[in-house]
Amino acid sequence: MKAIPPDSVGLVTPARLRVEQPLVLSSGGVLASYDLVYETYGELDHAHSNAVLICHALSGSHHVAGYHSADDAKPGWWEQHVGPGKSIDTRRFFVVACNNIGSCYGSTGPASVNPATGRPYGPDFPMVTVRDWVESQARLADALGITQWAAVVGGSLGGMQALHWAIDYPTRLRHAIIIAAAPKLTAQNIAFNEVARQAILTDPDFHGGRFYDHNTEPRRGLRIARMLGHITYLSDDIMREKFGRDIRGGKLNFDYQVAFEVESYLRYQADTFVGRFDANTYLLMTKALDYFDPARETDGDLSRALARVQAASLVLSFTSDWRFPSARSREIVKALHDNDLDVSYADIKAPHGHDAFLMRIPRYVDIFRAYMERVAVA
Amino acid sequence: MNNQRLDFRIIADWIRPESRVLDLGCGDGTLLQTLAQTKGVSGYGIELDDDHVTACISRGINVIQTDLDAGLSEFDDRSFDYIILSLTLQAVKYPERLLREMLRVGTEGIVTFPNFGYWASRVQLLGGRMPVSRALPHQWYDTPNIHLCTLQDFEDLCRKENILVLESEVVDHEHRRRLGLRLFPNLLGEIALYRFRRA
Repeated sequence: MKAIPPDSVGLVTPARLRVEQPLVLSSGGVLASYDLVYETYGELDHAHSNAVLICHALSGSHHVAGYHSADDAKPGWWEQHVGPGKSIDTRRFFVVACNNIGSCYGSTGPASVNPATGRPYGPDFPMVTVRDWVESQARLADALGITQWAAVVGGSLGGMQALHWAIDYPTRLRHAIIIAAAPKLTAQNIAFNEVARQAILTDPDFHGGRFYDHNTEPRRGLRIARMLGHITYLSDDIMREKFGRDIRGGKLNFDYQVAFEVESYLRYQADTFVGRFDANTYLLMTKALDYFDPARETDGDLSRALARVQAASLVLSFTSDWRFPSARSREIVKALHDNDLDVSYADIKAPHGHDAFLMRIPRYVDIFRAYMERVAVA
Repeated sequence: MNNQRLDFRIIADWIRPESRVLDLGCGDGTLLQTLAQTKGVSGYGIELDDDHVTACISRGINVIQTDLDAGLSEFDDRSFDYIILSLTLQAVKYPERLLREMLRVGTEGIVTFPNFGYWASRVQLLGGRMPVSRALPHQWYDTPNIHLCTLQDFEDLCRKENILVLESEVVDHEHRRRLGLRLFPNLLGEIALYRFRRA
């Protein structure tokens, strides 16, 4: 057993909420009942005013910080920013992290048993949108007795949820913290997602999404999807710095085995993804990204889409993020200040690409922490 | 109030209560915080420097990190009552363009800048060297101040750009007003302050 660092929330246990109230989805589909798996860190204060909701991104989960067992190789996905004394200080805030429906980490998703058939949902699981997640997270807030979040926070697809919270429930959050996000995907973003989906959909082991019944999974497709994803998470510069053209074993073998270090990296990422992630969930999550566009109902006018927002916001981007570049965050900032809302924006110099939002970059920590001070006093 | 910088106090005097302000090059947010506390103004600061941005956030001032040289294109016409440019005009690439942008986005503009016509600067130039002073502490080769001007130069530009000066003041480096400054502003004023709008 290895020692858990003192600035970690330590050992944590997920909780489960069974929601019997049907959820009407954006697609028109209905989930008659569903499970939400979540984790909490810190203590909810008497006024129930210090709760912070953390929304996860494409492949994330409710396991934001800490360890499930002392043998865990890795802590939660945002351990760098959530814990005692960290950007989101669990000594001051009651942190709630919810696994989104459609996921494969415990909340109801395509691999869950469909009560109507007794078999896994597979392709019958309805498509879910960012709005649907917000709706289900609001049910969780109700269950936890949280009428207003001090802040809703997220990076990437999680940031989109924070923005949608501010639109859908203007009075239920005081602050939205939107990190490395975009107000909608570009054609290029959708194109990458489509290639990833095609890799999965055309894998012979996909079986129209019913691969569970065949005791298999579309490993090849999921691997390619993940490799493609990882290319978009890193910047050209950081790839050059990390891998360059370094060759394994120092010489070319003139075959299709791993030659360059970057190939080894991508294969490793693919290998560790398969077995822990569900191909149907990958399809659903990328679709939720593609469909995200809060300005769709206001003829593409994001400022009008945010007209009901009341929350103050912090918007952060990273200079080397080409998946959701700074300019995309600026669109969100503009729509917020067009509505005379309190908003601050910082463009953080970081070479890491989109993945920077997961990292502990000193300047990122400074700003994040300074803003959370404001959240705490307000 | 007494320990506040006089240039900030003059600006605060000029600004109507409860107005909407955009402060370009807002530094650590002191001016906006002063204006919020004394005049109930709201708005945003624009700042490029990382540490200043963090300082603004710590103060609870809305700050947007961006480069003024990239312009104000994300702000709609007439979206603010005042656009303030405090001790920054001389450091931007296109002062003339920025002044135009200020009066597109705001109803009125307020600009402060170090007066290059200050007597000590003139003396140093006569001595054959670029002036270095408390208001302009850099050497010519490392200064961010690339567009220095005098009061007269600025007023000439206003005329050319069809900008109407509504009020002006000069203060010395300790941000004080003295009688001599009123008589010979372009000679004795170290810092110039102007409030203006489209003519």
